[in-house]
Amino acid sequence: MTKIDKMSAGAGGLDAGYDWDRMIQEDRVSRQIYTDPAIFTEEMTKIFGAVWVYIAHESQIPNNDDYVTARLGLRPIIVTRDTKGRVRALYNRCTHRGATICRQDSGSAKGFTCPYHGWAFSNNGKLSGVPWPDGYADDALDGDQFNLAQVERVDSYRGFIFATLNADAPSLDDYLGGVKQPIDEWLDRQPGGKVAICNANRLKYDGNWKLAYDNAADGYHVVFSHRSLLAMENRMADDKGMTYYKENPDGAPMYVRYFGNGHHFKDKRPNMEVRPGAMWEIESLHPGMEHVEEDFRRRHGERANELLDLASSEPVNINVFPNLMLLGNHIQVVQPLSVSETDTTWWGTAVIDVDGDIGDDLEAINALRMRTQEGFPNFGEVDDLMNFEQIQAGLAAEEDEWVYMHRGLGIEEGRISVDEGGVITGPATDEVFMRETMKVYKRLMTDDPAIGITRDPDAGDA
Amino acid sequence: MKHDPSKTSHYVDAGFYSKLIDDFTGWQTDAREQSDTRLRDSCRRFLEKEARLLDQGRNSDWLGLYVPECLYWVPASLDGGDPRREVAVSFDDRRRMEDRVFRLDTEHAWSQQPVSRTARLVSNVSVYSSEEPDIFMARSNFLTTEFQAGDKRIYTGWYGHQFRRLDSEAASGGGEEWQILVKQVNLIDCDQNLRNPSIIL
Repeated sequence: MTKIDKMSAGAGGLDAGYDWDRMIQEDRVSRQIYTDPAIFTEEMTKIFGAVWVYIAHESQIPNNDDYVTARLGLRPIIVTRDTKGRVRALYNRCTHRGATICRQDSGSAKGFTCPYHGWAFSNNGKLSGVPWPDGYADDALDGDQFNLAQVERVDSYRGFIFATLNADAPSLDDYLGGVKQPIDEWLDRQPGGKVAICNANRLKYDGNWKLAYDNAADGYHVVFSHRSLLAMENRMADDKGMTYYKENPDGAPMYVRYFGNGHHFKDKRPNMEVRPGAMWEIESLHPGMEHVEEDFRRRHGERANELLDLASSEPVNINVFPNLMLLGNHIQVVQPLSVSETDTTWWGTAVIDVDGDIGDDLEAINALRMRTQEGFPNFGEVDDLMNFEQIQAGLAAEEDEWVYMHRGLGIEEGRISVDEGGVITGPATDEVFMRETMKVYKRLMTDDPAIGITRDPDAGDA
Repeated sequence: MKHDPSKTSHYVDAGFYSKLIDDFTGWQTDAREQSDTRLRDSCRRFLEKEARLLDQGRNSDWLGLYVPECLYWVPASLDGGDPRREVAVSFDDRRRMEDRVFRLDTEHAWSQQPVSRTARLVSNVSVYSSEEPDIFMARSNFLTTEFQAGDKRIYTGWYGHQFRRLDSEAASGGGEEWQILVKQVNLIDCDQNLRNPSIIL
């Protein structure tokens, strides 16, 4: 018998009742990591507290005093660019009795006042006022004690804002490591190397958050999970959308790459020729595209190709552990809600005419880009999410314990290559990226990270 | 050159977007509301027919209620937003509406396996005139209950339909009096995360 007494888990964390070496093996993992509420609770500290977690994009808070609300794990936070311009992740929780102080998704504010008893805070987190202070003893409100909690380590990489509660975490730059290269390439194809977030296609599913992350670089599921989408995309035209999966995805030029720290990358660009317009040619059919294409070709000749590529989805999946995925033109964020409930939010991005050389065509490019971005959430992601829900349902079978991710494991013959920096590359259908991510997951779940908050608004000042 | 909107999308151009935004801004005025009960009943009957076809899974017949150059629009913003700068929950031109129906018909659209059972209620219908004599706008509230794989879920909000009234000759002999140019589906939770929004709303 391998029954584990889950009730023995101590209040301070999971105790030795969890045998991580048993639950996470090289070729398979236990269903329990997807189904056990106590493991989920622990993940919110040991994963979502301990590594750099994506919280917002700088284009959502372009001006001082702008804010958006978000979550760091389950912690409600306010991501704000304070009055002096510093980006902060404030705990959205009154230091008095615990009520959330900001209940809007986004806005602009120099401070936040708790609706419950009127305690007021500046947007650097400092307590700025308490109604009728005479009712407190002389020094009862002194010091930092009643300033908002905040994350001391907030940093950004080319517009992507991350936060970690772990004092011992490496720098954001070191944490991202090799995955910075595909992020750079994803941005550098855009004018000025920038995008602006607009609104989002917002979906949710009744399943564990890791099911979405496991799927993020999975080139094996595509022709099956997305069978209806592939049929739809090619009902009137050949070689559209994800057609390159249909023949022999094991042997196709596309590849999956693993960078360490749980970051991975599925690169489908090698399936295309390297030239302007190649991305546009495989783009599936979207509202307005023939009009825009004919108009651009008539007025711009050769240059039309590069403009049309800006409205096209880039065939990459860039996955930053644990919650950020860049794919097509989307910034997808995975937000765990409970052990079996997850939001997956597909933020749309728009082109910014940084250099001023797009001019009046910007609106047509972005309108078409909105339409291309709606395609996959409507006709592809919904089918994946149903499959994630059905995994969660299947994992209710308690005695049938294992979830396998051993595709490619044990095959020699040059299927997988590892460079001198430890970066692993394999066929796009290989599950090596999942196996490697699970090694990182096991290390994190058995670590004892130095998690903490600060109430000093000046902490971490450079 | 005339294009077949089922095959190519030429009509969704800058003029289409700006007319759409104009037509769907500020149209629900008291001055334009129609008090003619026969008109209102005719619109209501047509809305109920659309709901019935969808409840019965008659998606191809549903497509037949729309003009060739039509739009099925589910905004992701409460005020409809500007679809040139925002993604929508759905923004389907004629071809994409046919894509949507085609995909559901493949039987490999796993989000609709098993196929959802639905019951749509349409109510609170008000009809408004427009600048063009044969074009009317209708506002109605909807409540769509969906049952799938052991779960009941609801979608609710209001529809904004843009209708064209056909002349009586076309409408006689069993034909419909109306055609849909645009259907705008305003979910009360359009800006929230939705679970499996794969049915036609």
